[in-house]
Amino acid sequence: MLKGKSLIEPMDLTLAELDEILKLADEIIQDPAAYADRCKGKVLATLFYEPSTRTRLSFESAMLRLGGSVMGFSSAESSSAAKGESVADTIRTVACYADIAAMRHPKEGAPMVAAMYANIPVINAGDGGHQHPTQTLTDLLTIKTLKGKLNNFTIGLCGDLKFGRTVHSLIKALSRYENIKFVLISPDELRVPDYIREEILMKNGIEFMEVERLENVIGQLDVLYMTRVQKERFFNEADYVRLKDSYIVDNKKMSNAKNDMILMHPLPRVNEISVEVDSDPRAAYFTQAKCGMFVRMALIMKLLGVE
Amino acid sequence: MLNIDSVEKGLVIDHIKAGKAMEIYHYLNLDKMDCSVAIIKNAKSKKYGKKDIIKVENNLDMDFKVLGFIDPNITINIIDNSVIIDKINLELPHEVENVVKCKNPRCISSIEQEIVHKFRLADKEKEIYRCVYCDTAYDKK
Repeated sequence: MLKGKSLIEPMDLTLAELDEILKLADEIIQDPAAYADRCKGKVLATLFYEPSTRTRLSFESAMLRLGGSVMGFSSAESSSAAKGESVADTIRTVACYADIAAMRHPKEGAPMVAAMYANIPVINAGDGGHQHPTQTLTDLLTIKTLKGKLNNFTIGLCGDLKFGRTVHSLIKALSRYENIKFVLISPDELRVPDYIREEILMKNGIEFMEVERLENVIGQLDVLYMTRVQKERFFNEADYVRLKDSYIVDNKKMSNAKNDMILMHPLPRVNEISVEVDSDPRAAYFTQAKCGMFVRMALIMKLLGVE
Repeated sequence: MLNIDSVEKGLVIDHIKAGKAMEIYHYLNLDKMDCSVAIIKNAKSKKYGKKDIIKVENNLDMDFKVLGFIDPNITINIIDNSVIIDKINLELPHEVENVVKCKNPRCISSIEQEIVHKFRLADKEKEIYRCVYCDTAYDKK
């Protein structure tokens, strides 16, 4: 039963609960009109203490498409946080007006604190560099929709694997499915943190390899998940110049990829996927953005206990 | 060898890693208690070469769980009538509250008022504790 629960990190959900959400999301995709008034009379509060385009709008769009209403703020300056109000006090006030809340906060763990004090479900919409569970749900729905399964495939995660929270959450979530092989592609200084390698991958006996160059492995992948590598993350200019082109996907690299590989990206992208790739049928990142809205619709319905 | 009166009733915290006694003294809030406390530093130890010992008289009401977090090798001897009546071997607690604070400046616990500072055991073998809010590992060294 998901009714009344909060979603703070992807592992809060059991595999059965995760499947329940993905199944409902799939049903919504098949017939969105059938869900147009399922949340009539319900209010979603979007508490965004830092700017976001995609996440906030997809939450708002999700609730509006379910027939519900939305209220909230989109920066800390326009909330009582500017006056020094604690998260615990803000959420208890908001819970008087809303039925469910989505919170983005620059401080890691803020949505967890909110969930501890709220008597309404709280959804973590991103807390600093920590967790972003609805992005993970989005990624899982995208893979399931386009590949038809969440097991038995090889996924390449490429770019900044050290600071990329979407990557950490996705590895954790996929580690629970059968026979997933991970190819981790990054410069040495941006490899996945030790705890992901040791406490998730090695502990669970999951097959993985770490490589520096995308072009050497792209042909083995069923899914390629790109993230942005920022120049300032490199320790020295020489490494950046040597490796920067390896983390840019273009038509040339795509010509060596499998015909049914899907190319994903949490967006926004800067230059890590060339615009020329957008017309390639394997480019899945805008489908991914759409999946984000559908999966949030499913999540809101489940947490509110709406049939 | 330094002589310190034996405890008639109280406890002896033994096998403390040399140099850690003062840390434990503060964790257990012994500075706020008015009982007699003896701290022995760098005592000879067959097991560790040298060790620290704390002797506390007439006070048994302490949160030993905290000691398991600091050093699970510590042993506690409960003394009555100058004899050891019980020996407590510590283990790593599943959770500790308000013992240490998260050092991650991006953690909500760095700004939220009156928050409970909580750490959970993530890896028993490596003795790794993580902040429940931000997952940052606490470095016990």
